[in-house]
Amino acid sequence: MPSLGADMEDGTFVEWHVQPGEKIARGQVICVVETQKGAVDVEIWQAGTLARLIASQGQKIPVGQVMALVATDGEDWQTVAGAYGQSVGAPGSQAPPGAAPRPESSAAEQPAGPAASAAAQGAAPAAAGRVRISPAARRRAEELGVDLAALKPAGPHGVISIADIELIAQSAKSRPADTTVGPPDRQAAMREAIAAAMSRSKREIPHYYLATAINVERAAAWLEQRNAAVPIGERALFAAVELKAVALALRETPELNGFYERGAFRPGTGIHLGVAISLRGGGLVAPALHDVDKLNLAELMRQLTDLLRRARGGQLRSSEMADPTITVTNLGDLGVETVFGVIYPPQVALVGIGRSSVKPWVSDGAIVPARVLHVTLSADHRVSDGMRGARFLAELDRLFQQPEALA
Amino acid sequence: MSMSRDDVRKALIDSILAVAPEADFSQVRPTRPLREQLDIDSFDFLTILQELHKKIGVNVPESDYGKMITLDGSVDYLVQRAAAG
Repeated sequence: MPSLGADMEDGTFVEWHVQPGEKIARGQVICVVETQKGAVDVEIWQAGTLARLIASQGQKIPVGQVMALVATDGEDWQTVAGAYGQSVGAPGSQAPPGAAPRPESSAAEQPAGPAASAAAQGAAPAAAGRVRISPAARRRAEELGVDLAALKPAGPHGVISIADIELIAQSAKSRPADTTVGPPDRQAAMREAIAAAMSRSKREIPHYYLATAINVERAAAWLEQRNAAVPIGERALFAAVELKAVALALRETPELNGFYERGAFRPGTGIHLGVAISLRGGGLVAPALHDVDKLNLAELMRQLTDLLRRARGGQLRSSEMADPTITVTNLGDLGVETVFGVIYPPQVALVGIGRSSVKPWVSDGAIVPARVLHVTLSADHRVSDGMRGARFLAELDRLFQQPEALA
Repeated sequence: MSMSRDDVRKALIDSILAVAPEADFSQVRPTRPLREQLDIDSFDFLTILQELHKKIGVNVPESDYGKMITLDGSVDYLVQRAAAG
């Protein structure tokens, strides 16, 4: 089960799109999973032959748990499928679904299986007194609000690892949810997911905020001229121009584009803008548009249209949920003048775009009417400073003055 | 092709319902701004205009968006455009 965002703990399996023995390609949609943010088409990043389907309909599967087996090139898929059945229960084998109820949120990064699991619950504090814990794990425990006094190590050397801490925090978090969530209520589940991600953001990320007013008269007029010359089906929204400008400006300030994980910044491998999309009836999702800096405006608009339709229809792809390197929130032309966003962890910045409105603007000593856009930046002070953030907004302003570069 | 006012109104409402299926037109005040009443953002609005173009063949340019504020005003404008061919 892939992690489709920092706030996801599990997903409910819906259906397979592939059969055992079928060749699968990298990037292919192989199944559908229901999450708090709607149904998601899950892509696979491993080419090969599908050997065995493990997840079944309606099953609630923790992040990190095996859903299917894939034979790589050179392996016989039937052998792979058969071997799995025989090795169940053998030491070191992959556990079948249901046998491993503990979510492993970052299984890929943690080769050693954490073992402290239920030690936090009801266990008397270790008689030995002092808890042995690595400084990194202690820091993580503080971040996650895990009580060290109630911990009992179960690792091979009696030392509590980061993995132990994360497991305990996970199980502590999932327990009340299990008892309170009755019939699946999408609205409530989505609100809960937003609450979890935003609470974590405000708890962990030292935000700083910058705002600026940008004269977009030239860019808006340029877009109107372009749109008047194309069929209605190819008309582009100013929102698409804004996304292109944000993506290009990010090239100058890569420290705003990426992730803060395990105490360090990891730059994004591309500029994948998470586009905050409000859903009819409430809630929002922020799926990725990939490599926006490399798309021309027509292609960007086409992809944005497709993304908006699928987001509102509840058919997003797993890569769109997991990949955003920064989020852009645009409250649109009915919204407010200024929006200050909350960063979506583990991202490190969020760009807030308000409604453009006609304002008096001083240009060459004269007051002229101009469409003015209020743009804000919320960024993570662990990674960047206000000077760099200001550089981003200045670059954005510069780009809006040369709209031809945004085509 | 001549379209009655009712035809135009129906085409507009059908186009709106395609993006905002929950819209309740018995509650819509026809002389108040429509988009605010139905939470129609700029993307939805463009989608509605594209639908309308398919249904009645009227291409609403951006420069005429100001004539499409209220339901009644939009119908007036579209009837006029449809008649002009």
